[in-house]
Amino acid sequence: MIELDILLPAILNGIMTGAVYALVALGLTLIYGVLHIINFAHGSLLMLALYGVYFLYTLLGIDPYLAFPLVVPAMFALGYGLQRYVIGRTSHGKEENILLVTLGLSLIIENLALYLWSADTRTISTPYGFATVDLGVAVIAVPRLVAFLGALLVTALLWLVIHRTDLGKAIRALAKERQGAQLVGINVEHVFAMSFGIGVASLGAAACLLLPSYYANPGIGRSFVLIAFTIVVLGGMGSFLGALLGGLIIGVTESLGGLFLGESLGQLGIFLIFIAILLFRPTGLFGAPSMGRP
Amino acid sequence: MRSALAIALVLAALLPLPWLVHSDFWINLAIMALYYGFLGQAWNLLGGYGGQFSFGHAAFFGTGAYTSAVLQVSLGVDPWLCLALAGAAGGLTGALIGALSFRYGLRGSYFALVTLAFAEVFRILANSVAFTGAGVGLLIPLKESAANFQFPSKAGFYLVILALNGLGLLSAWWIENSRFGARLLAVRENEEAAQALGVDAFRTKLAAITLSGALTALGGTFYAQYFLYIDPAIAYGPGVSVEALLVPIIGGLGTLFGPLLGSAALQLVNQLAGIVMGDAPGLNLVLYGAILVLMIMFMPNGLFGLARLSSRRLIGRTA
Repeated sequence: MIELDILLPAILNGIMTGAVYALVALGLTLIYGVLHIINFAHGSLLMLALYGVYFLYTLLGIDPYLAFPLVVPAMFALGYGLQRYVIGRTSHGKEENILLVTLGLSLIIENLALYLWSADTRTISTPYGFATVDLGVAVIAVPRLVAFLGALLVTALLWLVIHRTDLGKAIRALAKERQGAQLVGINVEHVFAMSFGIGVASLGAAACLLLPSYYANPGIGRSFVLIAFTIVVLGGMGSFLGALLGGLIIGVTESLGGLFLGESLGQLGIFLIFIAILLFRPTGLFGAPSMGRP
Repeated sequence: MRSALAIALVLAALLPLPWLVHSDFWINLAIMALYYGFLGQAWNLLGGYGGQFSFGHAAFFGTGAYTSAVLQVSLGVDPWLCLALAGAAGGLTGALIGALSFRYGLRGSYFALVTLAFAEVFRILANSVAFTGAGVGLLIPLKESAANFQFPSKAGFYLVILALNGLGLLSAWWIENSRFGARLLAVRENEEAAQALGVDAFRTKLAAITLSGALTALGGTFYAQYFLYIDPAIAYGPGVSVEALLVPIIGGLGTLFGPLLGSAALQLVNQLAGIVMGDAPGLNLVLYGAILVLMIMFMPNGLFGLARLSSRRLIGRTA
């Protein structure tokens, strides 16, 4: 029998990781909800942000948590530019084209990173890297707790942007009815690019929160991309609350799967959930039925 | 009938190549172009003619490669019989993935993602179980003889991959000229309308993915016999899935000779890039990504679409 004092820390750790997964998935779900496109390059953009945080620390000595004001705007600008000048111009009215273009972008980013920075896995050692805090039921590493709280904070901020600002109103209008939004004077291309930029900026935040307890290598995006997709379809495409809960569920699943089945087969659980959800409930747990199938 | 004649002419023209060209380098290049052309054609049957974009054709490729390699290495099955069995296994995998995805109405991006997830599941499984040699991979013992599907000269492999291309071209020709193909194209253009006219979209797509999976698996066996080595990353990794879809997109989706043309173009670009940039890891995939983006941006109908467009422009000018 697995004892409770092994099980509880595993679940708690899963929740911590899950919150960061949720943050990654939030960007994806925002982009999907507004633009109705699946950003296949999401994982490789996260990888890029992780390297950004890594080099800021190793070359300039900027602490990952303090790198926020640098990395987040940079990622936003990158996302805005990509959507406005590359992705937005290639669709020719077909959803598949965007999927293929973002696949192409992910190939470029991922393999350029492999070429420039080699396949080495890189970690940073911060003074607080191994600090722990006793939560009573389990001992948790400080960076993971920070990541958890940070992810919740950024999620709340995103929610505020979408629901309490004029930009958010335009984004929501565009998500609902493109032509109508255009008719009332919303600059579609600009708002599309803003949404994409915000989605990619949240990857910058995720990278700052992740790196102290995680690592960077060129292939890391690929493992994240399927996890993020799983969370997004689990929570329902375009649903914020769904992405948050989906992230937590996946985090715990991975943690428990790793505990019972070992590292590599534990990952299998995520993919099986992904396939099962796509097959049996493509609208997800919270998705509106109309948004589920294109 | 004209396209059937074109297939016969192209195959006949390519047949004597190994006896005309004596450099192993060029024959190897031709084999690779034909090999990717064949994988691309297999993808094209489902993606080009059927409009179902798979991101996980490695699931079929790897299943074919592993079926023949495992049967040979651990049970000593005849390699040529393995080729047939691999095709059957690939078709079965295709039918299984197709039945699950199409039964529940997955289309577009969802279909692409679910095929990718299946390929990943297979990769993790191949990495974890013993009979595939796990992460170490499987070596097929060297026993050079035609009876053993290991040819002492490259000409043998050339003829095999040319024959496989003949099979792929015939399948595409059949789709272009049969009632089944008409149904498949109807589903691609507008699934609801096709169904309203009485086309069984589910069975049509299922047949297409089964055929596509079987052919892709044959390509997997060819790979295993040519290189005599297979591991989970080669078999089920994203590389094959990307190459299979890239080639027909370059050449022209849903065209008879698009995949072959695209593959030849890609091989040439690859060689040139190797000369210019050197043989650094990852750079060829950067190039693939760039080509993919540029093709969709500027030439969404591929090289064949370009040819058609320019001929129409010419006619327009003279008229």
